[in-house]
Amino acid sequence: MARRIAFMKAINEALDQAMAKDDKVILLGEDIAGGAKVKQLEKENEDAWGGVFGVTKGLMPKYGRKRVIDTPISEMGYMGAAVGAAATGLRPVPELMFNDFIGFSLDTILAQGSKMRYMFGGKARIPMTVRTTHGAGASAAAQHSGSYYGLFGSIPGVKVVVPSNPYDAKGLLLSAIEDDNIVVFSEDKTLYGLKGEVPEDYYKVEIGKAKIKREGKDLTIVTIGKMLYVALDVADQLAKDGIETEVIDLLTVAPWDQETVIESVKKTGRLIVIDEAHPHNNTAKDIAAVVGDKAFDYLDGPIKTVCAPNTPVPFATNLEQLYLPSPKRVLETAAELIDDLKK
Amino acid sequence: MEKLNKERAAWIYKKMNDIRNFENEVHEIFATGSIPGFVHLYAGEEAVAVGVCAHLTDNDYITSTHRGHGHCIAKGCDLNQMMAEIYGKETGLCKGKGGSMHIADIDKGMLGANGMVGGGFPIAIGAGLRNQYLKTKDVAVCFFGDGAANEGTFHESINMASIWKLPVVFVNENNSFGEATPQWYASGSKRIADRGPAYGIPSETVDGKDLMAVYEAAGKAIERARNGEGPTLIECLTYRNYGHFEGDEQKYKASSGDENTFAKRDCIKEFRQYAVDKKLLSAAGANKIEKSSTEDIEHAIKFAEESEVPKPETLYQDVFAD
Repeated sequence: MARRIAFMKAINEALDQAMAKDDKVILLGEDIAGGAKVKQLEKENEDAWGGVFGVTKGLMPKYGRKRVIDTPISEMGYMGAAVGAAATGLRPVPELMFNDFIGFSLDTILAQGSKMRYMFGGKARIPMTVRTTHGAGASAAAQHSGSYYGLFGSIPGVKVVVPSNPYDAKGLLLSAIEDDNIVVFSEDKTLYGLKGEVPEDYYKVEIGKAKIKREGKDLTIVTIGKMLYVALDVADQLAKDGIETEVIDLLTVAPWDQETVIESVKKTGRLIVIDEAHPHNNTAKDIAAVVGDKAFDYLDGPIKTVCAPNTPVPFATNLEQLYLPSPKRVLETAAELIDDLKK
Repeated sequence: MEKLNKERAAWIYKKMNDIRNFENEVHEIFATGSIPGFVHLYAGEEAVAVGVCAHLTDNDYITSTHRGHGHCIAKGCDLNQMMAEIYGKETGLCKGKGGSMHIADIDKGMLGANGMVGGGFPIAIGAGLRNQYLKTKDVAVCFFGDGAANEGTFHESINMASIWKLPVVFVNENNSFGEATPQWYASGSKRIADRGPAYGIPSETVDGKDLMAVYEAAGKAIERARNGEGPTLIECLTYRNYGHFEGDEQKYKASSGDENTFAKRDCIKEFRQYAVDKKLLSAAGANKIEKSSTEDIEHAIKFAEESEVPKPETLYQDVFAD
């Protein structure tokens, strides 16, 4: 049996292998090593934290502080520095500790990095991968739990990937770092401990390709990130009633894989999209609009989206669980679509 | 630092004239409606861009501002392509897709004018980080206005340059107004250079209309940066001949007094006088440079006007690198 490692370890391994392969790859962020210039740590060549979640642990001791750079708490400063370093030939991988912090640093992506190539007539390349975290479920409350991958995905010039499992996390991150564009690699922090099979080799998973995780002919459910597990749960339950659900893990939010989704809808005639983002102007609604436009004639019912409510993420555990799209809500939504099948 | 020689003086005088002529012509043409969008003219501030860039090579980087034409010219960007860009033509430096506010040429180390006030600071930090990481002797110069000094990026970027001793030189063009608001109103510190010590970096204020004052301060700072001694903040006191943008009535400018006296000083005439006095330029040589500059700008206008607009399909190109 192949080796099984945790989601965060898969990300760490991708960073390690990318750094070993290309010395233009540098990491920068807040406490991605931690304890910069502290004597007792220098003596032992140790990092203090290796990132607030420990995802980058061990990389500073291996590659040194010239390549694993602890920044001051200056999100616009170091994110913008990453844009400048990328424009001038390095391959930086900045870590934005929580995607909610993008408020401080959005200019660097929105107005600078994403537009340089276009504004400069094709002369610039911005090979930069922004690692960040999203997701509710960790009681981190309103300013550390949002899911803003869709916001990044609305910006031309930016690719956005949201892995759901260790295998794809490693392969997508290696693709992102090799990509000559800004790629936002958004990690659900509640998945860090999730284990899965991950080859030890350097391998890539293609950006822009969704994966069919379960085949079915009656209903398509498209998921982003950890919503995959909600869909798989729902598919199991529906199977008891003889309903065959096709589950598609989107993996890339921008540009999302229209072909795979539309082909599936042509087969099933029914679509639910589960997206942990807020319910308006999000990826789920974009998918619904595109499918409605391009595959209308194949639909047997309305396209449904199951999202978080239009509220900030609450702190209390019970409220936070209510906030997250749940199998119960998806089943209720599915029931509206599949009544005809049961008859 | 290299003492100014005849060859460099001629280069400086040509660049200063190119900027002035370029901007004066853009001012005239803009009024006719041939140039779309917004333009922010650099005329009057030539001593800053040229005095700094006189020390740079194509391998050095600069980040620029809203008012970026002068930096572009001083950094060696092609005048024809620059003018075509401002006209929105396919032969433009950015294929007509950037315009005045985003004019750039990475091959020349010009990382872009910037539509975001203060947007250049962190990009310069990144270029400096790259230079340090690759162990080059190249520097990054961050030009910024007095308005940008009050953006948060100023603080974060200068602090990072300081703690990492980056080869970055921060050149403040204090042209007395951020848009229509006086610098003395918008800044809690009297001089922007006063802030340098707070970040632990050397800083000074110079007469930004005096080419030699800028040249010498920039020369020292760039040498420090190349030698790994870290960043410097230079505040250049200057004034723009035109408004914030074209069409600005400039009601905020003084019509008499010290401000007006300062406004009337012409950095190009002053440099010409200095260079002739020091025998770095002959009067005939200076006249010849002036004439060739006028011709070059006329040619640039002709080139821009005769160029085609971008083809429709280019709308979709260069969003992503392949």
